[in-house]
Amino acid sequence: MTRHFPHDWQSANVSRIPYPLYTDEDVYRRELEAIFYGPHWSYVGLSCEISGPGDYKETSIGERSVIMVRDPDGSINVVENHCAHRGVKFCQERFGTVKSFICPYHQWNYNLKGDLTGLPFRRGFKGQGGMPADFDTKQHGLTKLHVAEHNGVVFATFSADTPPLLDYIGPKILEWFERTFDGRELTLLGYSRQRIPGNWKLMQENIKDPYHPGLLHTWFVTFGLWRADQSSRMIMDEHGRHAAMVSAKNAGGGGEVTQNVSSFKADMALNDDRMLDIVPEEWWKGPTVVMTTIFPSLILQQQVNSVSTRQIQPRGPGKFDFVWTHFGFKDDTPEMTRRRLRQANLFGPAGFVSADDGEVIEFSQQGFEQDPANETYAELGGTDVADTEHMVTETLIRGMYGYYRKVMDL
Amino acid sequence: MIDPSVRFAIEQLYAAYTSALDNGRFDDWPDFFIEDGRYVLIPRENHDRGLPLATMSLESRGMMKDRVYGVINTLFHAPYYQRHILGPMRIEEDGDALLVEANYVVFRTKRNEMSEVFNTGRYIDRIVNTDDGLRFAEKLCVFDSEMIPNSIIYPI
Ligand SMILES: [Fe+2]
Repeated sequence: MTRHFPHDWQSANVSRIPYPLYTDEDVYRRELEAIFYGPHWSYVGLSCEISGPGDYKETSIGERSVIMVRDPDGSINVVENHCAHRGVKFCQERFGTVKSFICPYHQWNYNLKGDLTGLPFRRGFKGQGGMPADFDTKQHGLTKLHVAEHNGVVFATFSADTPPLLDYIGPKILEWFERTFDGRELTLLGYSRQRIPGNWKLMQENIKDPYHPGLLHTWFVTFGLWRADQSSRMIMDEHGRHAAMVSAKNAGGGGEVTQNVSSFKADMALNDDRMLDIVPEEWWKGPTVVMTTIFPSLILQQQVNSVSTRQIQPRGPGKFDFVWTHFGFKDDTPEMTRRRLRQANLFGPAGFVSADDGEVIEFSQQGFEQDPANETYAELGGTDVADTEHMVTETLIRGMYGYYRKVMDL
Repeated sequence: MIDPSVRFAIEQLYAAYTSALDNGRFDDWPDFFIEDGRYVLIPRENHDRGLPLATMSLESRGMMKDRVYGVINTLFHAPYYQRHILGPMRIEEDGDALLVEANYVVFRTKRNEMSEVFNTGRYIDRIVNTDDGLRFAEKLCVFDSEMIPNSIIYPI
């Protein structure tokens, strides 16, 4: 079978993205190696999810299952979830509390740092069998990942070449990261999990695309939560891989900006407006919405009073799991917690302004699969890559593909 | 022992409820609830751990009407049929109210596709008697389904 890819990314511009980049198995395998298992930090969770000693959470980086665990010394370890002996994925629960990791197959025993601490019949039985005389437990631990935590958000990487986390995020995006995560204690509100039949990059693109919210999402345009006539900024790190879309809501309603927008509903009003009972918080420092993408696996959401992390777990070229962790802050009043939960109706797999993102991603994937010779066109605002003071641009998407092309050597 | 006529009335309520949803009569849906009735669709994971986040959490008939408006007029999605199958009901009396628990499976059928299990779990409901007959004061749908297949548009 001939594979045209990767040699047919002919365009000099990253504004034309070949469809096979979203569908090709070889491209996908290279992404796993070069991106997810390469020198990049991937999100694994929030520190508040594993508060006590021995608390763990199972999650994924790329397709590899990993366990984030609270060490008795208070630090956080991340180890890969398979036994050094015969490869068994020994942890089958997603959360729990343990003193050590024990593989059920042959009871190999690991401490929470991933060191092998014991195994049955190491010296044989009645002088027979057993491990070789030079068996060294240090050579047979779990795969240990590098771990970094910043203000309650935990990242891990398989690669020793990954730069320090704060350098990786870079000063421009760190500013927006620290606007939400400034060291305040977080409280966990719960999870949503969806499996989206589309390529994982489409979700990064979706949150680097300020063009669509005021068009696809009626709620945004009608109630002024996100649309082209409000002040906004598109910001990237120096590599173009991470981004922040920053904006401030306006009063909504009709006007020049809604004239050609078929999703705008002039007479739409809520029967129960508690869903949009928005109360500005001091830490916003102005913007009502900041959507941050940390390449490759993390999206940070602040949409008015609703805050969440969204994690991308690729599952082949044509699908990914999308895990939402909604949280609040320790000093939230019960009213603020209720408000965050109410506004959560806008987001997630059934959300008024999110369910349709998953749907259009599925439709994009269907288009890519049927016509492999084609390419997407992302030239709103030109072909260059630069920060902007408006939202009528696809610059952040181009920024990501500029970086992607380098890392993937395409 | 629940009076057979009460059980019969409850079964009629559920039959009417699923008929409205499965045949696309979404405008009828809020009327199965009392004015300040609650509708909560929540992953079992959150429910079991006492985490409050729900997939859908509506606190009045008004919010339900807004959801229906959203489903019909604002949410862009691939069209699908849904079909509810309910198991036997466990009914308890609680003062003037009735507590009902029932397993459900919802199948989804998209255009040109095979039918698939879309969402499965149990209803944990509180039903009250009103002048208009039995109505839900609270309907909690706790679903086992670990992964939502992309999105949930219609009520369960
Ligand atoms: Fe969107």
